Amino acid sequence: MDTILVVVEQRAGKLNRVSWETITAGQAIAAQTGWTLEAAVVGSGVAAIAGEMAAKKVAKVYAIESATLEPYTPDAFAYVLKEFLQKHPAKLVLMPHTYQVRDFVPKLATALETTAISDVIAARYEGGKLLFTRQMFQGKFVADVSFAGSGPCFVTFQNGSFRADKVEAGAAAAPVETVTVDIPDGAVRNHPEAVFKEAKQAVDLTQAEIIVSVGRGIKEQKNIDLAKQLADALGGELAASRPICDNGWLPMDRQIGSSGQTVAPKLYLALGISGAIQHIVGMKGSRSIVAINKDSEAPIFEIADYAVVGNLFDILPPLIEEVKKAKG
Amino acid sequence: MKILVCMKQVPQKDAPLKLNEAGTWIREDVSYEVNEPDAFALEEALRQKEKHTGEVVVVTAGPARALQVLREALAKGADRAIHLEGDAFVGLDAYNTARAIAAAIKDEKFDLIFTGLQSDDYGYAQTGVILAQLLGLPHATIIMQIEKKDGGIRVKRELEAGFFQFVDMPLPAVLTIQSGINKLRYATLIGIKQAKMKPLRKVTMAEVQSAMGGNLQKIEKLYLPQKSKNTEFLEGPPAEVAKKLVEKLKNEMRVI
Repeated sequence: MDTILVVVEQRAGKLNRVSWETITAGQAIAAQTGWTLEAAVVGSGVAAIAGEMAAKKVAKVYAIESATLEPYTPDAFAYVLKEFLQKHPAKLVLMPHTYQVRDFVPKLATALETTAISDVIAARYEGGKLLFTRQMFQGKFVADVSFAGSGPCFVTFQNGSFRADKVEAGAAAAPVETVTVDIPDGAVRNHPEAVFKEAKQAVDLTQAEIIVSVGRGIKEQKNIDLAKQLADALGGELAASRPICDNGWLPMDRQIGSSGQTVAPKLYLALGISGAIQHIVGMKGSRSIVAINKDSEAPIFEIADYAVVGNLFDILPPLIEEVKKAKG
Repeated sequence: MKILVCMKQVPQKDAPLKLNEAGTWIREDVSYEVNEPDAFALEEALRQKEKHTGEVVVVTAGPARALQVLREALAKGADRAIHLEGDAFVGLDAYNTARAIAAAIKDEKFDLIFTGLQSDDYGYAQTGVILAQLLGLPHATIIMQIEKKDGGIRVKRELEAGFFQFVDMPLPAVLTIQSGINKLRYATLIGIKQAKMKPLRKVTMAEVQSAMGGNLQKIEKLYLPQKSKNTEFLEGPPAEVAKKLVEKLKNEMRVI
């Protein structure tokens, strides 16, 4: 029987919640294909997480242990998973598309002379073939991608593509097997220090009900003030896409997206933001999305509730006036 | 330090893209530019060379048009270029692209190899890491700072949600570079003139093919994303659009 292995993510002994989405994805693919679903957690001291996984509808859970796995390094993770997969062959290996997974999965796949289909947003089984949907050209198109090798095929899922709350519980606890892997001296070449946050987070955008966010379309630093006026009139916070913060036009703690904050306000008003994938993942959960952009094909319009195609410098001044009027 | 920078030509950010008739790729008659993170990777290589002396070599894989990326890099200060040239290099998966590059540089010894962290077209975010594994080198991804130390380097990795991490690693190594790590320079007129005199090595598919294999990933179909939302487009002159939008903010979205 073919096996699907979900490798969940943990950091310092804590499960990364996005892993539940990957379990949901694995359960959905298992239901369609009839393949066996197993889960694995990799790290040092991961028995508790393995136990948590075993309560879900999976056939088996592996706790892959080595003291050398903490702190995370790509060398150690690729080493133990290669060893494991050579002894426990899987047809599909599923993981969340996190920065950590991105860091070691291409190495692991290459070590096994296979490939990783990355940042996948949907999967389906059609005519005996698995098709994985991923965004291309910064979200302007999507592609159905198939695997043409002999396996294992690695697949990483974009945050939010499957519902964590749809994970099915198991009828009985799944068996847990602890696998200890010795990592030879010298195999790990990187020496990571502790993770840290750069600046004190001056503003917590996750608590904001209204966010006015600016992108490249704002053109110049001095134009940020126009967006600020709109944010003030609405009683909201000002935020930005990555290039704006890279330019130093707004501080880094106002950046929305995969490398910045993830928000879900009542209103997300996107000004001159094209909607690159890394930005969308940070705001697609917003209750209402309004987008103003001069490019009618900007991907941000795919997820907008209200859209204005036009020059934001024409629209902002009357919009600020109308908001002020409405607020009295 | 001898540094290799892997660069890619991609469709321009706001170029209107159209599907080909087969629905498997875009029509190629669009404007192209250098993949943005790759431009930052080049800039970082030039800065490291200015600090520590050495050589900056740029490489790309793509048809004749991709030469433009190398020309610009040479004009900005790269010392020489390698062009894996031909239509056969279009549509490779990341594994094959990395294998082709590895084969093309097998007789060279680089201290550092940079790539952008991902491309704007495929968005694999894999070629650099695969290349590291093929060459047996350590790697680190999404790099925001590089500092040379005795026997190696200290790099700053970007993690999710505003977290960072410093990593010490030996040389040689492969790094994938994040946009915004530095401020890009412009090519000077003198640079543009000098670029024409700089060495350019062309590599054909025939020279590297034995190191490659069939693509392990196949694009079955490329298409426009299905809208998950019923987007309402507000139209009219700006003053009218502003009124309509405020009405929606008030009565539909209820945020005013």
